[in-house]
Amino acid sequence: MISALSASLIDGLMIGLVYGIAAMGLTLIWGVMRVINLAHGAIIALGMFGIYLLFTNLGLNPYLGLLVVAVAGLLGGMLLYQLTIRRVINAPYLSTLLATFAINMIIIGLGTAAFSTSPRNVDFTLGSTNLGEITILNTRLVAALAALGITIGLYLFLFRTRPGKYVRAVANNRTAAELMGIPSSRILALSFGIGVMLAAVAGALIATFFPFTILSGDPYQLKSFVIGVLGGLGNPLGALVGGLILGVLEGIVPNFMPNTWVPVLEFMLFVLILLVRPSGLFGAKR
Amino acid sequence: MKRLQTLVLALLATLGLVLSACGAQNTTPANNNAAAPGGGGTKTAIIGYTASLTGKLNVESTRQSNGLKLWMDQVNEKGGVKLADGTTVTFEAKFYDDESNKDRVQELYTRLATDDKADFLISPYSSGLSDAAAVIAEQYGRIMITTGAAADDTYKKGYTLVYQAYTPASRYLTGSIDMLAQLDPAAKKVAIVNENEKFSKGVADAVKAYAESKGLQVVLFEGYDAGTTDFAPIINKIQQAAPDVILGGGHFQDGSTLAKQIREKNLNVKMVGLLVAPPEPKFAELGDAALGVIGPSQWEPQVNFTAEAAQQKGMEWFGPTGSEFVSAYQAKFNEEPSYHAAGGYVAGLLLQKAIEKAGSLETTAVKSALDYTNMLTFFGALKFEVDPQAHGLQVGHDMVFVQWQQGSDGKLVKQVVWPTEGATAKALYPVR
Amino acid sequence: MSTTSDVLGRLHARPAAARWRNPGLWLGMLALLLVGLWPVVSGQAATREVIFTMLLAIALASSLNILMGYTGYVSFGHVVFFGLGGYVSMFLLSLGQPLWVAVPAGGVASGVLAFLLGKAILRLRGTYFALATIGINEAMRTFINNFGPFGGSTGISLNFSVYGNYGGAANALWLAYYAVLALALLAILVSYIVKTSKFGLGLMAIREDEDAAEVMGVFTPNAKTWAYVISAIIPGMVGALFFFKNGNIEPADAFRLQFSIETLVMIMLGGQGTVLGPILGALGYQQLRSFLLTNAFFKDYQLVIAGVLLLLIVLFIPAGAVGWLRKRFPRLRNVLP
Repeated sequence: MISALSASLIDGLMIGLVYGIAAMGLTLIWGVMRVINLAHGAIIALGMFGIYLLFTNLGLNPYLGLLVVAVAGLLGGMLLYQLTIRRVINAPYLSTLLATFAINMIIIGLGTAAFSTSPRNVDFTLGSTNLGEITILNTRLVAALAALGITIGLYLFLFRTRPGKYVRAVANNRTAAELMGIPSSRILALSFGIGVMLAAVAGALIATFFPFTILSGDPYQLKSFVIGVLGGLGNPLGALVGGLILGVLEGIVPNFMPNTWVPVLEFMLFVLILLVRPSGLFGAKR
Repeated sequence: MKRLQTLVLALLATLGLVLSACGAQNTTPANNNAAAPGGGGTKTAIIGYTASLTGKLNVESTRQSNGLKLWMDQVNEKGGVKLADGTTVTFEAKFYDDESNKDRVQELYTRLATDDKADFLISPYSSGLSDAAAVIAEQYGRIMITTGAAADDTYKKGYTLVYQAYTPASRYLTGSIDMLAQLDPAAKKVAIVNENEKFSKGVADAVKAYAESKGLQVVLFEGYDAGTTDFAPIINKIQQAAPDVILGGGHFQDGSTLAKQIREKNLNVKMVGLLVAPPEPKFAELGDAALGVIGPSQWEPQVNFTAEAAQQKGMEWFGPTGSEFVSAYQAKFNEEPSYHAAGGYVAGLLLQKAIEKAGSLETTAVKSALDYTNMLTFFGALKFEVDPQAHGLQVGHDMVFVQWQQGSDGKLVKQVVWPTEGATAKALYPVR
Repeated sequence: MSTTSDVLGRLHARPAAARWRNPGLWLGMLALLLVGLWPVVSGQAATREVIFTMLLAIALASSLNILMGYTGYVSFGHVVFFGLGGYVSMFLLSLGQPLWVAVPAGGVASGVLAFLLGKAILRLRGTYFALATIGINEAMRTFINNFGPFGGSTGISLNFSVYGNYGGAANALWLAYYAVLALALLAILVSYIVKTSKFGLGLMAIREDEDAAEVMGVFTPNAKTWAYVISAIIPGMVGALFFFKNGNIEPADAFRLQFSIETLVMIMLGGQGTVLGPILGALGYQQLRSFLLTNAFFKDYQLVIAGVLLLLIVLFIPAGAVGWLRKRFPRLRNVLP
């Protein structure tokens, strides 16, 4: 029992870190501009296909491909902001939800036309590591470490660099930030770009060990909602903790009840936290 | 801004007009079914179906509709089917993409039965979609041959016009228990994990009951949601239950992922038997993870049914031989046919035979011909239950089991390992 | 957008009898009735199926509009009521209860769920409410996926003989069709009555400024909850009929989030907060969809086209077709409810 539990715990923690950075993208965008990005899942799927195409067609190592996907995500996100989000950012929230949902439909539609929806696999392996009775898949381990590294990088960016501080300032109070001379429109574009980048990178990491289709982003989008609310929407570092909680839940709970009950628990928890602590478990004071 | 608004609105309005014009065209009945009076005329019978060109089922479904297309081309090339009144019938396909989505299936089958005036229907791929389509067939009084659809309960709902080409789910995996009993009478513990969905659940329930009746112990019996990609929690659970054998799976996507992750986690079991995925040629792409995995198959290219065998069994032989089918399919689609392809072909064959026998395209006449079907084809024996309790259920056809083994050149090859009389190789056991 | 005091001010300006003399409402309902009776006259099952889907969409969009358009609370998971209604009625039908019991029961079940949820989740505003409705729909779907009495993941199927009680399958389909036509007309009528009532004005006051509405004497928690309940009942009954017609219900079909969002798109297309908007939007969207889906060239791009269309509407005409007309031609306001 102990070894089964520790195996589940390790698996859960590893996948939880990856969930965490997916959710971080969603929650960062919400924190800075009060937009829930309903194209989040579609962008995760694009990240998966990015790695797949780079690896399968160009033979690029997936972890180098990751950098390409990250840059493409950042630039693509900023472009997307300029083309669409900028126009609805001050509109009622329904407009931003529907605008991002429209983008989701467009991405999924184009993706389906280009790639069909047959499952793809990045045929890449790093073998596995044995710790006693526990087998750890190395691609998952690397993904978890990468997720950790990205989180640290994001933290350093937000707290140690000037643009990062601007991002936090705009998130705190856009009007005040503008009065202080911060170029808020550029900072908003940058934040949206980073959010999209994180989603794409999460997708790329997931693609190194799970098969996927253009529709595979959806479940991760729903998970990102749950994680975002667990960690407090708008709190990127809370998302990492939320991701770990979700990952561990998914790993441990099936040891005690049928695994199909896990999503029921997740979504009930989600609604419950929205109702009693909308600012998340670790309550950012608001 | 105002101008832009007006422009967009004008654009939308134009689009709306164009669409409603197109809509109007759609509703005018297309009558290409000019029946010739008297003998010697020609008729076109419309075969309606949907295929999952996109969505999670598209691997299997595409093969199935390829098989059906091959049948149609062949029968039309030979000049079609002659009816009793001398009319020659050729066939025309009318099909849509159902996107592996049940909602679309009902809408599209209604369209096929009404707008497109399909004379006969073929089911989509998968039990879930076929079940949805069967209601429509019955509601509109059309005969439907289901293929790629094994769940039993579709045939227990009082339908009278739905006929199953596949061996039903209840007899899908039971052979693996018999096989295990022969290979290793000492093996006692079985873990059953299945996709939570009509067909896989039906198979799992049936094999659980069968395993227990044979004195085996089912140490884990659990479903997983359709679309699962992370099997780690389930595999950890299997590991803890320490079974000798894992049985289950669902469709291609989840089955191949499960096989891959079982291998990655170095799970020590003596036998892994999965639904649907192993017989697919594409399964070999898993490499090492595919090695030793067994799977039930409706049909395999190596299995050889012949006209002589039919004679011995006192059954009628109909259609091409297995090798004729394989080479025609390879010539047309440039790939090896899987059992889904054969299933698509045989659905057409069943209709063709019944229409020939009835000498008519009338639903009632073809229905009674189908009720008395009892024939051997390259696909195997075909016969339907006629008791109203389970009308249309396939009772003639049996499964074979395949296993991926290491060939002499080091490549993976698919061998038939059960039943032993049709086997092309001895089963590899224990796998590891 | 008018301010709260504007909205409340109108309450006294409108003569009661004028409420029932609105030409837009009656012409709209008459037109819908004629469209609805067209397949009856022509006897074509194909047309009936097309119009069935449209009526279904109209009933759902008009109901959701009461919450979204009038009250300003956007439910992304409204399909939960459609699905629950479907499940409750299929459960009763499979126990041998007749349709006239099962369908209202589906509506009641949805209404009760909305009532129970209402007080709790309607405290949340804006995006938080939208997210909560998604969460509730997903929680319900995954729960029923595990819920034995409703058949778990394989759902509930009707025996074909059930249709025999209604004069055979062909008759049963017509019956379901008439019922949906009646529900669509009812949904429009309810939508109009709510909009022109004092209750409706209270809802619109909440939409414009909830805190101000409270100050001006609208007891907002109750008003919101009742709006939620009203917007849930008809979708529950429509779900019951839809799945009766299908003969089968499964969790993934009953609680499809995509379907929910499509309903939102219809409302946006026609114009939220208007009575005629959702009708127009539902007709337009369904027409577009069925055209794209069966057209060989556009089939692959139907999602893209629908997405671009939605984006254009959100960016340039957020008030929707009817809203745009009302704004552009103020005189139309009296005839286009």
